[in-house]
Amino acid sequence: MKELLRVENLSVDFQKEKGFIRAIDNISFEVYPGETVCIVGESGSGKSVTSLSIMRLLEYENGKIANGEILFNDQNLVEMSQEQMRQVRGNDISIIFQEPMTALNPVFTIGKQLIESIVSHKHVPKKVAWEQACELLALVGINDVNVRMKQYPHELSGGMRQRVMIAIALACNPKLLIADEPTTALDVTIESQILTLLNDLKNKVHMSIVLITHDMGVAAEVADRIVVMYAGKIVEQGTVYQIFDEPTHPYTKGLLQSIPNESGPREERLYSIKGNIPSLSQLPAGCRFHPRCEYATEQCKKSEPDLVVGNNRKVACWNFERVINDKVEQ
Amino acid sequence: MENLPINQMNNREVLLEGRNVKKYFPIKEGLLSRNQKFVKAVDDVSLKIYKGETFSLVGESGSGKSTLGRVLLRLYDLTSGSISFDGVDITSIKPKKMRNIRKEMQVIYQDPFSSLNPRMKISDIIGEPLEINKIAEGVEKHNRIVELMELVGLDPTRMNHYPHEFSGGQRQRIGIARAIALNPKFILADEAVSALDVSVQAQVVNLLKDLQQKLGLTYLFIAHGLNIVRHISDRVGVMYLGNLVEVGEVEELYKRPAHPYTSALISTNPTPNPRSTKEKVILKGEIPSPSNPPSGCRFHTRCPFATDRCKNETPELVALSNSRSVACHYPLV
Repeated sequence: MKELLRVENLSVDFQKEKGFIRAIDNISFEVYPGETVCIVGESGSGKSVTSLSIMRLLEYENGKIANGEILFNDQNLVEMSQEQMRQVRGNDISIIFQEPMTALNPVFTIGKQLIESIVSHKHVPKKVAWEQACELLALVGINDVNVRMKQYPHELSGGMRQRVMIAIALACNPKLLIADEPTTALDVTIESQILTLLNDLKNKVHMSIVLITHDMGVAAEVADRIVVMYAGKIVEQGTVYQIFDEPTHPYTKGLLQSIPNESGPREERLYSIKGNIPSLSQLPAGCRFHPRCEYATEQCKKSEPDLVVGNNRKVACWNFERVINDKVEQ
Repeated sequence: MENLPINQMNNREVLLEGRNVKKYFPIKEGLLSRNQKFVKAVDDVSLKIYKGETFSLVGESGSGKSTLGRVLLRLYDLTSGSISFDGVDITSIKPKKMRNIRKEMQVIYQDPFSSLNPRMKISDIIGEPLEINKIAEGVEKHNRIVELMELVGLDPTRMNHYPHEFSGGQRQRIGIARAIALNPKFILADEAVSALDVSVQAQVVNLLKDLQQKLGLTYLFIAHGLNIVRHISDRVGVMYLGNLVEVGEVEELYKRPAHPYTSALISTNPTPNPRSTKEKVILKGEIPSPSNPPSGCRFHTRCPFATDRCKNETPELVALSNSRSVACHYPLV
């Protein structure tokens, strides 16, 4: 199958007072039609910057693409003008953010905001747009659509607002939906409603989803494939089963081990990765994870490993074979 | 097997107890604020926290768990009910006396960025409680700060640095050092690890457990991360819309929840296992507004098992066994 989105050797810089900071460094991954790819990582890993680059929203945040290509259906988004990008956004690729309150305009009704995005992309009469908007709200599981259409964002709860955001994002049948921490601000009972909705929608409208999250639990529930990022680099990439069954990068392994069990006997002490996440302006030499890594060798301090095929997936570690062999001990 | 924990329970000393605690916040409405309504943030909650244990409160936003924590520490005045700490009734104690008791009860907050004064050095932040309570000065104070920093895993040579020079996890350690500076008996950890990254969260959780053993602390741990709660707690209280709906020992409660809300909460917690076959209880709707809670059982609007009785009759929190209480007409166990 041909990929829908292909990110090739992408690097992004941000302008800071003291020159540039490289927020993501030479990352490559692809998304196939109809699949969900989760980008997981902690703060500063570059996962949100990746989503902003695909939407070409970086320019509004003081960032720029320094290198690389973003191919969407063979069109290079990096070379497009913002004018051309406006056609891609909404029509082909949509995005939803973490905080649905700030993403909706507080002074317009839900209906007006939905109709606006339908009319501006599809050029249909308002009456048709109203009907389509009602259908979209029903699709995302909102009842009493005629009442909801006339309400303002503050009259809706957090989960409801996120449903409206998803409806707006789906207005023009995008082929790719980017969801940047869509459930982080929501309570667990609501989170599971939204995750179920995203899974259902993916099958109903046949789109691909790139979901960005810090929560391995969320990734386990929705992902087909997982991209693990650390300090601006992709460290491991594989199917959801590969990542959870046999994590091959020491960071992925550590991340999974630091989550307490949900059932079974309780651990006395939690496994924890030593040290802290490095600041992007003071990255360690060699492999970025080496000061925190229990497998680190001299080689790791000196040279940075590339993302290469190992253990049937892609991994950026000099010592991944030792990591796999180590598995037996736990 | 059943007998041992029960005996232990009965012999254990209660450190903090709330009886029928209510906390209502007024909302003013209408011309000249004539129609006064209330947000019933905590409505008739009774609970006991035993010495040396970790008691966790879980629930969704708006359930009143943070408000309850603050009321128990008398950071808010309560609307009605009573609270006793270490055998002393602190419900309407004079502020001056309360200040003495506060030494024994400390708080660690969620956000390590806004809970530390950015213009104070670390040594001043940790040393401030010692100074205010006239416990140590000069060299003695300096030594105590060094000791505290070592205890929480910070490098004491960095005591003259400012908060912005530390990462989120390290700042949370500073907050913990400040909280234990006065040798308290009781610590309220209000979402203390929720804002931290997973790899750092585990470090801080381990630190809290170590300190509990070393210093004999009692924790009230407020959190929404259910995996962390299971790891750290001895007992758990589940809150919904200002009510305590279930209390029990952690493993038993996770394995066999008695309240339908507890069961939904645990079943929807994302499991870090793609092969999980856990059946999810997806609740309809969202938590109603605490200013206008539903009649009868407050959960009946979302409960899959609700009957007419639930709409009209409010269930009391009653004991199912020695270690478990539930407020439901039709408990699941």
